[in-house]
Amino acid sequence: MAKLTVDDLKRIKEEVRSSTVLREGGFRAKVNIHMGTCGIAAGARKLMAVVLKEIEEEKVKDVMVTTSGCAGLCSREPMATVEILGKPPVKYCDLNEERMKEIFVKHVLNGEIVEAYALARGSETTY
Amino acid sequence: MVCAGTGCVSCGSLQLRERLEAELKDRGLADEVKVVITGCNGFCAEGPIMVVYPEGIFYKKLTPEDVPFLVEEHFLKGRPVQKFLYTGPIVKEKVPLLKDIPFFEHQVLRALRNRGLIDAENIDEYIARDGYAALSKVLSSMKPEEVIQEVKTSGLRGRGGAGFPTGQKWEEGRRYDSFPKFVICNGDEGDPGAFMDRSVLEADPHSVLEGITICGYAIDAHQGYVYVRAEYPLAIHRLNIAIEQARNYGLLGKDILGSGFDFDIGIYPGAGAFVCGESTALMYSLEGKRGMPRIKPPRSTEAGLWSQPTVLNNVETFANVPPILLKGGQWFASLGTEGSKGTKVFALTGTVQNVGLIEVPMGTTLRKIVFDIGGGISDKREFKAIQIGGPSGACLPSSLLDLEVDFDSLDDAGAMMGSGGLVAMNDSTCMVDTARFFTDFSVDESCGKCVPCRVGLKVMLNILNRITTGQGTMEDIDLLEQLGKHIKSSSHCGLGKSAPNPVLSTIRYFRNEYEAHIKEKRCPALVCTSLIKFRVDPEKCKMCGLCKKACPMEAITWEKKTPAVINVEKCIRCRSCIQACKFTAIE
Repeated sequence: MAKLTVDDLKRIKEEVRSSTVLREGGFRAKVNIHMGTCGIAAGARKLMAVVLKEIEEEKVKDVMVTTSGCAGLCSREPMATVEILGKPPVKYCDLNEERMKEIFVKHVLNGEIVEAYALARGSETTY
Repeated sequence: MVCAGTGCVSCGSLQLRERLEAELKDRGLADEVKVVITGCNGFCAEGPIMVVYPEGIFYKKLTPEDVPFLVEEHFLKGRPVQKFLYTGPIVKEKVPLLKDIPFFEHQVLRALRNRGLIDAENIDEYIARDGYAALSKVLSSMKPEEVIQEVKTSGLRGRGGAGFPTGQKWEEGRRYDSFPKFVICNGDEGDPGAFMDRSVLEADPHSVLEGITICGYAIDAHQGYVYVRAEYPLAIHRLNIAIEQARNYGLLGKDILGSGFDFDIGIYPGAGAFVCGESTALMYSLEGKRGMPRIKPPRSTEAGLWSQPTVLNNVETFANVPPILLKGGQWFASLGTEGSKGTKVFALTGTVQNVGLIEVPMGTTLRKIVFDIGGGISDKREFKAIQIGGPSGACLPSSLLDLEVDFDSLDDAGAMMGSGGLVAMNDSTCMVDTARFFTDFSVDESCGKCVPCRVGLKVMLNILNRITTGQGTMEDIDLLEQLGKHIKSSSHCGLGKSAPNPVLSTIRYFRNEYEAHIKEKRCPALVCTSLIKFRVDPEKCKMCGLCKKACPMEAITWEKKTPAVINVEKCIRCRSCIQACKFTAIE
């Protein structure tokens, strides 16, 4: 692969930024499963399997699935963050496969926050 | 008022009324309480309904069997019965904002700036959040001296425990004209209860790689190593992916970003020795030798890995570097205390509600960490102590909860920042036993090179074992203190120098517990099994039988309405009964 220049770095930043904020990436929703050691130990891989299965079965094309590391609140893992285009992300905690499926159907597909499992809306402020 | 609408009648409100009138008559309340039959009050789904005036208390789904209890509680004792109360439709609670939740509210994320936000295995997502922007700025517009000056301005101190000023270390690393030079990242996180480095490496490996590369540029090194303990397979896996991606992009390797600067990073999995977290021992381990500390000087910045100038910093230190170069040292120094700038990541564990990874500004009080962020002590127990800094640290009591945590304040309190493990302990923790646990750990992990640590700690452990089994004397406390002082002053490396801290701090803050073990042969927290009588106090016993259920040896005899008795012959002193008893009746 060609080596990057300073300008390439800026270009990647802009490109990725626009695709991860959903709009220009052509996605309507994003499911982010937190997969640090704590999350995986608590069952995050199963959540991932549920989401992927649902997407395949429902033939969903506009939902992005991604992973990230520990969200900080290890005792409430497994956690997942759901973001719908134009709305603040919602963090869910203490999940299992059934709850993940419910969240997928209600929130990801129908835009309705599942309050019973939701921890909070919005993102953390970083420096 | 008992509802006698069709709905309620069909689910038994007439029987309810009969029973109620009979019960009130029995209790001699018939003249005071009048039972009225009402028409349907419209809430048939929750019937039979009863409303008690003058308070207007609304009971639902009552059965005749509930009546005696209800009459006794409500009409006789005047206490509305919670379990029959109608609580209103489940109020639609709005999902709170993340910044309004105390756990998140008090945190400031710098080293953890990308936590939970990016895919650790995708370099593009890191770049999208200003990743490698600092490196690009440094390589294209800053001289190495300027980089070091910026880090010095920031006041960043080593996050591995000792708190050595990072800028100064880099300056020394640059000063020596002996090549090649090396940069090492210490990820050999060994403290019990600590997982900061693991989380950073798993969630945001590129931030560490970027920090290491910037350091390499600053001291004129071209090779870096990340020393990670082999017990962190996911961290190693993600680091490998990150390094591969950075190489593909030319962010590692030859001529980085067209600047002419070459730098590469390798991973070295440590085999799991605690002592290899000590910088000189780590370097020997990296060279393929047995991991043992050596006497300083010379410092590693002069003669480190393969006797070449080497700068070694901790994972969290490197993760802090990119934002410092991007936003300036002044910005970093705007947060924190006089002597400790920026934030600190802590692994908050133990008996708090919210166990997790937190990042707070230096100078945050322990109270805020334990009670606001941690949500207080779990299981309705009392706070007793907080252990900070692992086996090199100390147990601090509740009187120090308002201590503003930074490198210097902890030193004064006889503790140590350490790498950032915080273990909250409740009142069921025995402080002598805790000191014994950490000393046992240090004895196991001592490399054995110097006498004070190898022998001194073992002697301390023997004394602690004596005390916890009821054979201690009051002289033992003095002896422990003396030994501790000598080990601190004469050990080779930082681990030996700090290993007596758990014992010294518990003697300093919890001397009464040592005295109880020695003088009264009693363990106040009922942890040290040799000092527990395993006898049920018949005065305190509420005859509930929970202890009998918990006992795996069937050593407890109990029948309804008689206090339990423990058969000491059968008892294996497992403490199951003590944990089960809600009335502290076992002593």
